[in-house]
Amino acid sequence: MTKKITLPITDEAIQDLKAGDSVLLTGTILTGRDAAHKRLYELLEQGKELPVDLKGELIYYVGPAPAKPGYAVGPAGPTSSYRMDKYAPALMDLGLKGMIGKGARSQAVIDAIVRNHGVYFAAIGGAAALIAKSIKKEELLCYEDLGTEAVRRYTVEDFPCIVAVDAQGNNVYETEPLKYRKKGLI
Amino acid sequence: MEYRTISAGTITAAVKRLFLDCNYYIGGDILAALKNAREQEASPVGRSVLGQILENDAIAAEEQIPLCQDTGMAVLFVEYGDKVCVDGDFEEAVTEGVRQAYRDGYLRKSVVSDPVFDRVNTKDNTPAIIHTKIVSGSTIKITAGGKGFGSENMSAIKMLTPSYGAEGVKQFILDTVFAAGPNPCPPIVVGVGIGGTFERAAQLAKKATFRPVDSENPDPRYAEMERELLTQINMMGFGPAGLGGSTTALGVNIETAPTHIAGMPVAVNICCHAARHASTEI
Ligand code: SF4
Repeated sequence: MTKKITLPITDEAIQDLKAGDSVLLTGTILTGRDAAHKRLYELLEQGKELPVDLKGELIYYVGPAPAKPGYAVGPAGPTSSYRMDKYAPALMDLGLKGMIGKGARSQAVIDAIVRNHGVYFAAIGGAAALIAKSIKKEELLCYEDLGTEAVRRYTVEDFPCIVAVDAQGNNVYETEPLKYRKKGLI
Repeated sequence: MEYRTISAGTITAAVKRLFLDCNYYIGGDILAALKNAREQEASPVGRSVLGQILENDAIAAEEQIPLCQDTGMAVLFVEYGDKVCVDGDFEEAVTEGVRQAYRDGYLRKSVVSDPVFDRVNTKDNTPAIIHTKIVSGSTIKITAGGKGFGSENMSAIKMLTPSYGAEGVKQFILDTVFAAGPNPCPPIVVGVGIGGTFERAAQLAKKATFRPVDSENPDPRYAEMERELLTQINMMGFGPAGLGGSTTALGVNIETAPTHIAGMPVAVNICCHAARHASTEI
């Protein structure tokens, strides 16, 4: 069964999510990846204020391709999340509710998800043209000089993803491959 | 000796076309392998993921938009005939083709100038990685592809020594794929280069990822190794998008070269299901 979620995501909605659930998100999400995370993190280290309010937000790890004329956005699939592992716990402790990306996370990130009652969603890597269909609008928030890596706000409708790590710390990247792993591997 | 002259503009136009084509249209070999995998996949989630990848690739082709947002770093293998004369700067002609494709084709510019300190985007996706080999003949053959870094980052090289034997080679390849897990957007294509020197092994591994996924190494011993590795990798259970399943790889391609008496370098270049490459002969 697919769960429909309206953003901003509530604590109750998060409580309801189980690792492996298929989800469609509707509302707004932030975007940011390597370079933007590095800048945000450096500001935090210097005790400075961030140019975006992360409270209650989801951040999508994405660096979109340019939009062709007539399109709201260009192809925009997830990038590998582990590269943001260094920064994610600090951002979650500031109020970030969750992340959308692809691939496994570190234990420190999973701990931060549990500690902050958050969630980590997986989108399908390499399904960028399909995913872009659910992104209706984009708005630049900061770091325009980073080009594709700038921080934007996306308005999404039925954005497809899967609960990869739920608020209890259950992790599909741990549990699911084991179900299909066969003995006899050399 | 008769020389054939090819204009720099012809090279630029051909390179531009290759990068547009490979980013919009997934190859027939990958498409067939994805469809076959969807039939065979044991996991319902895996089948759904494969279905979405196929839908994605159909949208990209239909609308002529990149199938993945990471349109990669431009990699080209050139076989340059020794009876060809290009009326201009060959490398600049190729670079201009890359520049035009990424600019006019709405491809993402993903290259930064300095790797460690500046990391400033060059804004036209150049420079490209160009591997040129002079061959005998009067044509230029170019195989080009955009290499995404989600999978490139999961690649590895090891200077194995002869006593490791075939078992050691297989173990290193399997260890590399296992460590990559869900990150390189499975189902993956595994390119392996064995032999040569440090850099030749790596180059062969990249070349192997450009080989059609339904092809096999002409040497039956390596063809057998390719099949065996594919079976083993698909026993790992990572499955489509790493969400569990029986399709972790679509194929394993091995390329080899003579090497030194003391060595047996093995490079494993991992490529995602967006295994984009296109070829042309001018
Ligand atoms: S690994 Fe491949 S499919 Fe995945 S995001 Fe990168 S280029 Fe796209």
